[in-house]
Amino acid sequence: MSTILAASQTIDLDGNLGAVAYGLAAIGPGVGIGLIFGHGVEAMARQPEAAGMIRQNMFIGFALTEALALLGIVMPFVFK
Amino acid sequence: MSASASTVLLASGCHAGSSCGFPAPSLDSFNFKAIFTIGGIGFYKPELLALICTALVVWFFWAAFSKPKLVPTGMQSVGELGYLFVRDQIARPMIGKKGDNFMPFLVSLFFFVWALNLMEVIPIAQLPATSFIAFPASLMLMTYITYWYQAIKNQGFFGFLKNIVPGGVPFWVLPLLVIIEVARVFLIQPFTLMVRLFGNMFAGHMLLLTFTLATWYLASATPSALFAAGSAVMVVVLTAFEMFIQGLQAYIFTLLTAQYIGEGIEAAH
Repeated sequence: MSTILAASQTIDLDGNLGAVAYGLAAIGPGVGIGLIFGHGVEAMARQPEAAGMIRQNMFIGFALTEALALLGIVMPFVFK
Repeated sequence: MSASASTVLLASGCHAGSSCGFPAPSLDSFNFKAIFTIGGIGFYKPELLALICTALVVWFFWAAFSKPKLVPTGMQSVGELGYLFVRDQIARPMIGKKGDNFMPFLVSLFFFVWALNLMEVIPIAQLPATSFIAFPASLMLMTYITYWYQAIKNQGFFGFLKNIVPGGVPFWVLPLLVIIEVARVFLIQPFTLMVRLFGNMFAGHMLLLTFTLATWYLASATPSALFAAGSAVMVVVLTAFEMFIQGLQAYIFTLLTAQYIGEGIEAAH
């Protein structure tokens, strides 16, 4: 951590570190949302008659995963 | 009336090539001048939009259901479409048979949130009131008061606390699990319910603002006009995308509300 801080001081990254950090924070939810919808579509293709139920649970999972990415948007304003 | 940075930009005729830099949208874009002030308390644009949305939703359902007929026509069939969507897609699957008791709350919630979100793409308004944390926060409080009231009424206070923690786990996991589950129900769930709606609308508004401002900024008699055209296309595409997101967020907010109420009525785990 101290090395990173020292490096950020020497190459003067201050202005854009938040954007880079949010980019990193968005990787996880990005993968998660891909998995949710990918498997959701697969499940609907296998059992079209259960599509309604699957879509509902898909959106709940999507909402829970997306919350992580949105926390990343909000946090800079919380700690400002 | 409009945001400070963008007003300055539009008034000054600031374009690429002139000395002024690109005024990127920031938190300043959400600061408005008070429309009028009474005793030090200002009345702002988001509040005006919220009042208009309330009136719109009330007017819509009044027009639809004030004189109901057996065979619906006109406004009534549109209203029934909305009502049936909330009942069959949200209330009944999430709450069960008792879901019909909560229909007034859920229908109002869905259409109110949707109207607030839709204000983002309505000309002149062009500001989702839900991008101010106070609106999602108060909606979340309503959801949680309903949830906890139902939980205490149906499961009892201690029963509710007991049911938060899933049964049938080894005793040595319990201390950790109790902390996690209590934090989930009393801290993380309400916070994410509120922040999900706020964050989506906030980010969506920033996105539209960025491309709208970029279109204006790049539109000048230089080759940058080409980029302005690209940016204008992005505005149209993103507006369509945002309209989808607005409906989806209203749906998800109501869906989660229904799920929490369902959890309150009977322990789900």
